Amino acid sequence: MSAGHSHDHGHAHDDHAHGHHELGFIRKWIFSTDHKVIGMQYTVTALVFLFFGFTLMMIMRWQLANPGHVIPFVGSMLSKQLYAGYMNLATEGVLLPEGYNALGAMHGTIMVFLGIVPLAVGGFGNFVMPLQIGAPDMAFPKLNMMSYWVFLPGGLIMLASFFMPGGAAQSGWTSYAPLSVINPGQTAWLVGMIFLITSSLLGSINFIVTIIHMRAPGLTMFRLPFFVWAQFVTAFLLLLAFPPLEAAGVMQLMDRLAGTSFFMPSGLWVSGKAAEWVGGGSPLLWQHLFWFLAHPEVYVLILPAMGIVAEVIANNTRKPLWGYRSMVYAAAFLGFMSFIVWAHHMFMTGMSTKISTFFQTTTMIISIPSVIILTALVISLWGGSIRFNTPMLFAIAFLPMFAIGGLTGLPLGLTSSDIHLHDTYYVIGHFHYVVAPGTIFGMFAGIYYWYPKATGRMMNETLGKLHFWPTFICMNCIFFPMLIQGMMGLSRRTYDPNIYQAGLASLKLHKMISWSAWIMAIAQLPFIFNFFVSMFAGKKVTENPWDSTTLEWAAPSPPPHGNFLTEPKAHRDPYVYSPPGRKDDFLPQHVVLEV
Amino acid sequence: MDVAIPCQVKPHPVTGIANGKLAIWLFLASEVMLFGALFSSYILLRTNAETWPRGHDILSVPLATLNTAVLITSSVTMVMAWAQLMMGNFSKGRKYLAVTLSLACVFLVVKFFEYKDKFHHYQVWFNTPTMVAGHEVTTITGHIEEKTDDFIKFLPDPPKGHKAEAGHHEPIKIETSQIKRLSNYGPWHSNFFAVYFTMTGLHGLHVIGGIIVIGYLLGPGAKLWHRDRQFYINRIENTGLYWHFVDLVWIFLFPCLYLI
Repeated sequence: MSAGHSHDHGHAHDDHAHGHHELGFIRKWIFSTDHKVIGMQYTVTALVFLFFGFTLMMIMRWQLANPGHVIPFVGSMLSKQLYAGYMNLATEGVLLPEGYNALGAMHGTIMVFLGIVPLAVGGFGNFVMPLQIGAPDMAFPKLNMMSYWVFLPGGLIMLASFFMPGGAAQSGWTSYAPLSVINPGQTAWLVGMIFLITSSLLGSINFIVTIIHMRAPGLTMFRLPFFVWAQFVTAFLLLLAFPPLEAAGVMQLMDRLAGTSFFMPSGLWVSGKAAEWVGGGSPLLWQHLFWFLAHPEVYVLILPAMGIVAEVIANNTRKPLWGYRSMVYAAAFLGFMSFIVWAHHMFMTGMSTKISTFFQTTTMIISIPSVIILTALVISLWGGSIRFNTPMLFAIAFLPMFAIGGLTGLPLGLTSSDIHLHDTYYVIGHFHYVVAPGTIFGMFAGIYYWYPKATGRMMNETLGKLHFWPTFICMNCIFFPMLIQGMMGLSRRTYDPNIYQAGLASLKLHKMISWSAWIMAIAQLPFIFNFFVSMFAGKKVTENPWDSTTLEWAAPSPPPHGNFLTEPKAHRDPYVYSPPGRKDDFLPQHVVLEV
Repeated sequence: MDVAIPCQVKPHPVTGIANGKLAIWLFLASEVMLFGALFSSYILLRTNAETWPRGHDILSVPLATLNTAVLITSSVTMVMAWAQLMMGNFSKGRKYLAVTLSLACVFLVVKFFEYKDKFHHYQVWFNTPTMVAGHEVTTITGHIEEKTDDFIKFLPDPPKGHKAEAGHHEPIKIETSQIKRLSNYGPWHSNFFAVYFTMTGLHGLHVIGGIIVIGYLLGPGAKLWHRDRQFYINRIENTGLYWHFVDLVWIFLFPCLYLI
């Protein structure tokens, strides 16, 4: 934390933050304190984790579409017994039930905690937010570096759990007790999770301090781009919602390692024998603590995506966001409400009708701010001269996809309809519509939009469209049938759905979903190619290729360590597009008007 | 080489505090949620339990009272250290800091003896009601004097309020076949001890964290005083805020676990 006190490093050093001497490779790219490098580290790591999590799902999709058949390509690899006591995922090429459970649990965990959150907050938040507020870096650069280097081991422990004795966690990403306490493999999950929570704690404190203390002169809170507001609310959610899960994780770890019974009920029998725990604990306690985190977590996943989409839409409709202030108030209200809706995940646990009425009511209330934000974004399109570039395609696609995800959530938030839909494929369809075509489309929009800022080069538009259209179609072919399957009564987490009548009936839909998932995997190839090749071959750009107004475009592309060549000042609102009486159709925040 | 970060030492014109202080308050907010979740779990487990022991029956209230006094004193010396540094008395400030550090260590030593006592204190549950010292009981508590595969030599605790009559209590021999369950007062004993060890253990980790930070500021971190006095004082103040929080958690833990 001795940043800024380097004046005793010799007089050759010029105190202007930008005239710094060159750092070695390790300090510049590996143990960097520069928020942009850390943001890129997070982005690349999270994209790798996302792809890995997607791969796990593709194996599961094979089992669902062709139950009991040998998995092509990887079947023999997954059947190899690496050492005595090693948990294979498959035998003779066929996926095992416990392998299916492990893949399912790890898919959820990796996508949420190692993919989306690090990408949305660690990646975009780190890279874009300080630039958008005109700050030279984060408030605590070393803490920022530490947050990445605590995140990475957490992720690696999660991955390594596949190769540990007992295998990976098998109790779903929700890790419900008592199953999670009994199952092997959960310990690594819990240890990994404690790393991830610590990392997000360090990150969120840093974000809040940076946004409160380091805004450029003139950049009042209501001149902040909506993306910064989204990150601000997200940081508060991470700060306050994660610690209860940390407490719950510690208690579950105690249950597993010290033989306590926090989550173990009395009189529990496991595999025909009385369990060795004394009992007296409450499995519901875990659910409460878990969902106290995991519901705000949903908004941690969606808010940054909304922020990105707002930036891209304002920029590509060439007009100010409609209802900027209502969007800000809605985001703040959303953050607050997200702390008092968690038990709507638990309607089926036998809670009293009074309590479920309360949570049902708050759940209906929380849909209001989401609708406000979505409506404001849709109205923002009205009358704009829209540029249909790749980021904008993803941003526009986000709107109906998130709308489907949000609206399908309402029947789950009402107790009477939840009885039928609870724990079915409908739930999977619902939250994937929010997170996959919702959040991930937001993330793609962000990558295409800020890529020129990060690298100084554009990504290829044709490849971008080749990425967008198949992904968009496949996403819907994957998740829409799940809503139907769920209403048919197919329960989630089933290894072989054919043992049920409802499962047999939906096998055709399973085949369609699986084929769509594999085609979607192929559709990501143009993106991966585009992402790496554009670094060297993309069209070179100057600082503001999108003719944008917010402060990050006042810095060079890519910005140097310290970001801005002259200290930026904000003179106006964030989205002054098409102001009357000017030649340009945009007026950046930092530009001084000559009177 | 490094970028100049605004508000690192000087307070921000609007909030009136520097970055570090804002950060430590946010950190404490998250800590409130961490311990809040643990206290809530404690309440939920206790209200749902059929029986729940009284803390003062099985934990040592005198030791905990001593520890409470130790921690409160350490909070006072922490403030004194800050006040002395504010007045420019570097050596006096360091002395108070050293006292704070020692008191934190005293707390841990007392805690260690408390823990050790619990791990050597046992409870036996019998398969059938058994006569012990003229009473038919299903369970007794005490210390193990000798343990073999076939039997244990067990020194039962004196009944409450009869500590003086030492000769009254002889070790008894209990056959292994009579024993339904034998457990020391570790976290696995019951939910009371699960809560006790998890909460005091996590609090103990926070004390260790405080020792590391105070130790750093007393040792290598003290160089900052000569380079940037205000920055050093800020760090002491922020550490103090954290330290008071650790103290405060104990002030909640003490009645919740030991007294009620």
